[in-house]
Formats: sequence, C-alpha cells, structure tokens
Amino acid sequence: MTTSIEETWAALADLADPEIPVISLRDLGILRDVRAGAEGLEVVITPTYSGCPAMSQIEDDIRSTLKNKGISARVVTQLAPAWTTDWMTESGKEKLRAYGIAPPHQTPAAHNVVRFISRPAKAEAVPCPHCGSSNTVVSSQFGSTACKALYKCQDCQEPFDYFKPY
Amino acid sequence: MSTATDYLLHLADNALVLGQRNAEWCGHGPILEEDIALSNVSLDLIGQARLLYQLVASLQGGDATEDKLAYFRDTGEFRNYTLLELPHSGPLSGYAHASLDYGTTIVRNFLYSALMALLWEALEKSANADLAAIASKSLKEVRYHLRHSRDWLVRLGDGTDESHARTQAALDHLMPYTQEFWTGSPAEAAAFAAGIGVDLQTLKADWDGIVDGALTEATLKRPLLEGYVSEGKKGLHSEHLGFLLAEMQSLARAHPNGNW
Repeated sequence: MTTSIEETWAALADLADPEIPVISLRDLGILRDVRAGAEGLEVVITPTYSGCPAMSQIEDDIRSTLKNKGISARVVTQLAPAWTTDWMTESGKEKLRAYGIAPPHQTPAAHNVVRFISRPAKAEAVPCPHCGSSNTVVSSQFGSTACKALYKCQDCQEPFDYFKPY
Repeated sequence: MSTATDYLLHLADNALVLGQRNAEWCGHGPILEEDIALSNVSLDLIGQARLLYQLVASLQGGDATEDKLAYFRDTGEFRNYTLLELPHSGPLSGYAHASLDYGTTIVRNFLYSALMALLWEALEKSANADLAAIASKSLKEVRYHLRHSRDWLVRLGDGTDESHARTQAALDHLMPYTQEFWTGSPAEAAAFAAGIGVDLQTLKADWDGIVDGALTEATLKRPLLEGYVSEGKKGLHSEHLGFLLAEMQSLARAHPNGNW
C-alpha cells in the first residue's frame, strides 16, 4: 500500500525544531512541501541560515521519523525561494512568545535592503515577550544562534532573544 | 579560458577565507556578545561557501566534492580577494602585544559586507538559477553582517582617542586593498559576458555611498587610494594565505578519508 501525501504531512506535523523545541518545522516554514516525485514521495525542506548547524540534524530527524512510521520518502533540499521568517505561522509566533523569544517582524521589502541597513536599530520596536513593554534595547545583533538577536527589557529588566526577520 | 566555475570559486573562496579569519576570534572576543556575533558571522560565511562549493562540485562532476575544493587546493588555486586573508593585526596593534586588533576586523568586515550587500542583490538576477538562489539567501545574511560592522565602525571611530586612532589606522591599512574590487579579472569578465556575473563598476557609486556615509558618522577620514593593487582573485596572494590554509587544511590532509 502506498502512503498518501496527507499521511506524510500528518506524520511530520509535530516534528519539533532541534534548537527551539517548542516550535515545529512546519510552524517555522522549513517543511515546505510533500509531493509525488518520479521515484516516490518527496519531502521538501528549505534551509534557514546558510550556516545553521541544525539543518543536518533536521534532515536526520525527518528521515528517522518517516522510517519509524514506515513511510518511504526522499528528503529534498530546495534553496529557492529562499526561506523567510514571513513563512512562520501565527501559531508558531505565539509559541515562540510564550517560550520567551520575541517573534520576528515582517521582513522589509527587497528594494529597501540597503536603506534598512543604515536605519538605526532602535527604529524597530521589539516588544518584550515577558511583560509586553516596547521599552527594549538591543544588546547584540547576534544571539545564541544566527537567527536570534539579544535584547534587554528596560522595564522588567529581563534579557530576551529576538527571532530576527530574515 | 575562464568558466563559470572560476567565478563561483572566487565567490566561494571569499566567503571561506573571511569565515576562517573571523573564526579566529572564537573564544577571544573583546566581549562575550562580540565573540558570539563573529562566530555567527563566520557560520554564515562558511555556510555560503559550502553552498557555492557544492554548486561548483556539481558542475565539475566526477569525484569533485565541497571538501576537496576547500581542503585540497593550494594557495595559488584560491581566488579570494587579498583583503580577506590578511591577519587581524593593524599597523598600530604591533606584533609584540596584539595579533588580534578589533578595529582591523571591523573595518574589513564593513568594507566587504558593503560590497556583498550590493553584489548579492545584483546576483539575484544571475542567469545561473542556482547562483541566484544562493544570492537571495546570502543577501539576507550579509544585511546583518553589514549592520553589525557598521554599528561598531561608528562606535570605535567616534569613540575614545585610542579607538579612533586604531580604527583610522586600520582603515588606512585596508582601504587600498579594496582597489581589487574594482579591477577586473578574466573570471569576472567571462561570468559577466555569460550573464552569470555582474559588472562590478555598476556597484561602485552605491558602495562609495555606503562607505562615505558610515565614515562620516564614524568621524573617520577616507584615505586616498594609490599604489599597489592586490590580485588575490587571480591567484596571486600575500604570504598570509598559506598560513591560514595550513591551519584550516591540516586536519583534513592528515586524515584524507576521515569521516566525522
């Protein structure tokens, strides 16, 4: 009996990100598609940051989940269109906030890239995920992983991660 | 005869060599946040290099792999800008007391990121769809690298007398190497003719705008460009690249079929 595309989606629905386990790969927008390829089912994933060390772990996790559930499918990595945090689901953003990570803003329009660079960082208000205050400051553009920046809340004094728009 | 792979290797070697250089700060950053930031920038750069080497390997076919391209080519086969292989020691840091000068690191990352923010954007329209896809990803990453290095350029330039002097010295030392950006190479000309690459001259006015705007804010003076034009992208390197490659490649060469 062949496995359907719906069954494969269902098998992978709850597979969590290895680095931020409160959010699923589907919520993150990494799991792009399940489709019928020439040699059977294909699970399409898209890499986040070029240097993200979690990507090979993610591929392994998908393979072993499929294997455990007896589903035969190939994992295909697709670069274009490039992954963007705009693909993150609303429920995914809510889960991040509840976990203490401020979810990403919308990415700036492509033609604004150069202007976006020189805009002062404080122009972006990042609400604190703990108390909701917008009185926050960036303490580093890069946090514990490439996808996050370090912020500090001036009101509740808590440091927090901000999932950067990408 | 230059081919697409020569141009892709130039882009890949740029990313790998600067990624390796910046990784030297891992565990030695001036503050914890900067240690982490530069390690993240390195991961992005090495990730970009991997994507490009994988593309070159697929074009070359046979037994070519990304690891062979990174670990088993010698100095003369690397096609990176000379700017990116220079050590992190500026003229004022002196050999005796500092081999890692943060001003030098920041100035270099700023000058290169300003170029790549424009070049990756232009390469999104490359006739090579794989390169265009890598460019779209890399553009998102270099945007943060540029913002990071620009912030620190302003902070150090418009900082204390000591930080200002060291950053100005780093700028005077490194800026002449950016002449290599604007001096063509056979690989770039061939890539442009094939629709894969970009005419760098079309990016110069925007690069000057980014650089001059930041230098003014940082109260730094842009040095005059004169004298020797480096030719790392043609395979003619400084003495520093050999040492960098020796450190980076020694493990893979000691265990040529190693797997970990």
